[in-house]
Amino acid sequence: MKIVVGHLYPDYLNIYADRGNIAVLSRRAAWRGHDLEVRAVSVGDPLRPDEHDLLYVGGGQDREQALVAPDLAAKAEDVRRAVADGAAVLAVCGGYQLLGRSYRDFHGTELPGIGLLPLDTVAGERRMIGDVLLECELEPGVRRTLAGFENHVGRTRLDPAADPLGRVVAGFGNDGESGFEGCRVGRVVGTYLHGPLLPRNPWFADWLLGQALAHRLGEPPELTPLPDELETEAHEVSARRAESRGGRR
Amino acid sequence: MPLAAEIAVARVAGKLSRLAGAGGGTTVPGKLLWKLDPGAIDRLAARLPEGSAVISATNGKTTTAAMAAGILRNRLRLAHNSSGANLVSGVASTLLDATDAEFGLFEVDEGALPEIVTRVRPKAVCLGNLFRDQLDRYGELEHVAARWREAVRGLPTETALVVNGDDPQLGALARVRSGALVFGVDDPALARPSLQHAADSKYCVQCGTPYEYAAAYMGHLGEYECPACGDRRPPLDVAAREIELDGLESVSFTLATAAGGRRVRLRLPGLYNVYNALAAASLGLSVGASLEEIVSGLESFSAAFGRFERIAVADRSLLLLLIKNPAGANEAVRTIVDGGTPSVVVIGLNDAIADGRDVSWIWDVDFEPLLAGLDRLVATGDRAAELALRFKYDGLDPDRIDVIPSLEAGLDRGLELTPAGGELVVMPTYTAMLALRKVVGERGFVRPYWERAA
Repeated sequence: MKIVVGHLYPDYLNIYADRGNIAVLSRRAAWRGHDLEVRAVSVGDPLRPDEHDLLYVGGGQDREQALVAPDLAAKAEDVRRAVADGAAVLAVCGGYQLLGRSYRDFHGTELPGIGLLPLDTVAGERRMIGDVLLECELEPGVRRTLAGFENHVGRTRLDPAADPLGRVVAGFGNDGESGFEGCRVGRVVGTYLHGPLLPRNPWFADWLLGQALAHRLGEPPELTPLPDELETEAHEVSARRAESRGGRR
Repeated sequence: MPLAAEIAVARVAGKLSRLAGAGGGTTVPGKLLWKLDPGAIDRLAARLPEGSAVISATNGKTTTAAMAAGILRNRLRLAHNSSGANLVSGVASTLLDATDAEFGLFEVDEGALPEIVTRVRPKAVCLGNLFRDQLDRYGELEHVAARWREAVRGLPTETALVVNGDDPQLGALARVRSGALVFGVDDPALARPSLQHAADSKYCVQCGTPYEYAAAYMGHLGEYECPACGDRRPPLDVAAREIELDGLESVSFTLATAAGGRRVRLRLPGLYNVYNALAAASLGLSVGASLEEIVSGLESFSAAFGRFERIAVADRSLLLLLIKNPAGANEAVRTIVDGGTPSVVVIGLNDAIADGRDVSWIWDVDFEPLLAGLDRLVATGDRAAELALRFKYDGLDPDRIDVIPSLEAGLDRGLELTPAGGELVVMPTYTAMLALRKVVGERGFVRPYWERAA
């Protein structure tokens, strides 16, 4: 089946190896016989709300983030319509912040967010840098771990009723205090975890592919299991790193 | 404590560190001296009768400094941190060791540059390039650039500034400081068809509009112009023209300066070494070296520590190419492929602080050109599995990948796959490179780095 991924601002937001996430989605779709096509949507390009099964927004340095924020704000309504129509979203680091309501940088300058996720971000004093391990429960009763790396100065506060992506086992997470990381609303996920995230967390890559296919099929289909020995080994090394040297609250 | 006593204590500490087998002891005395009295470094530097020069860059600073040493060595006795200990402590240790030096030649870490120029008060500062590098250590590129701008503003007027005009962030410095010596490449035949994936400073430093490149040479280095505000590469005072790449063996170019032009043949490959040579030549000019000294210094240079180093191991040889960030690794890949795609490659990925704890950068490297002829990849180092994934998701059959976290075992696997008389290409990150050199050193094939002549 055809899967169309809209990659937002690949020429601006690509600081933490975001193309690794895209490569993993493409290959894992192809290995199951699906044809995943990636379409770049950058500054000034129109975003057609019915075109994409999955939208991806990567991370950028402050300068690049400020350069795209006004353009994303102009696309906010189209992103909201795509999501209402069932498209899935993965946003990492800078992209995650822009999906919230606002980002206030170190100098007090406010960048507009698009309010897709119920959160606000304010730059803190110290960067939160290190390996991270999360425990997630995306389906009730099914607990799995995500391992990655975080490097952010923003402290992200979720609204009290909002669901995080996971509980921090080791590392800083959203704000270094709450014990939570990321945010999830239905098929929309935002997170600070890069590394990149998907190569060493193949179960999550498959969960996203399932959500993208659900946009077409109504339900996420069963995906054929793949030989993931290398992925598992990389996950375990990364998880051990977080446990031994991840940031502490 | 008087300076002489501080120096004596620090020197003894270095000897003890070496005797205890804790590496070369190249930074121990300096660290101690710095702790005893941070101002001692300033006074030691001030004792150099001919002053000093400082070189910084994300990529190539060790090689550039080694080339500059080749240019200046015949006219001056140098204090040079040749083993790459490039923080304040490394510079201090070098100053301690070089009792009869006349001139200091220091490569310095990008983050340490502001403090070191304040302490050492160099005669010349040479800035080579700024690429995204180990974001967990250095932070965002823009922040490093801002600290450099501040450091340059604070330089005394008599300090010569030498910058790579092909890098927009550094070209901008030539405008804020008149009299800067600007170098760059001027050979559109070598331009890449488009900016590489990992290009960083591709938006105008003045107004944020994407630059247009008449020629993009390496990462975001090239001949750029902003279509909106007109910001453009400054005129070049020192340029490389008519560049000829000769595989893994050498590269030749015409070095064009105000004092005339000369053909130079480096015994090192790759366009990135042309940039290093331009930086070293420009620095040489700024401290009074003649064109003859520059050309002979560059042509006699062979390799800096672990950066394109050939080591004979019994009846095979190793070619070591340090990799540490996307821009540098891309050039290493391009150089290797220019010499003919190897069938076996060993890549060592560690994630200690000196390597960058965040290994995501490997996904930004364009490894694809290696895939065409690659029969076997040996992925080694602490993050071997992550590296293997990088290639698996690029389309390399996992059956062709050996995942061997032990560097020694990984090296042996690579050697086993290399026919007698053949050369094994090894691309390690910094601490993996140190560990691999230690392994071959223990087998008697390479001298420890602190024994190498400066």
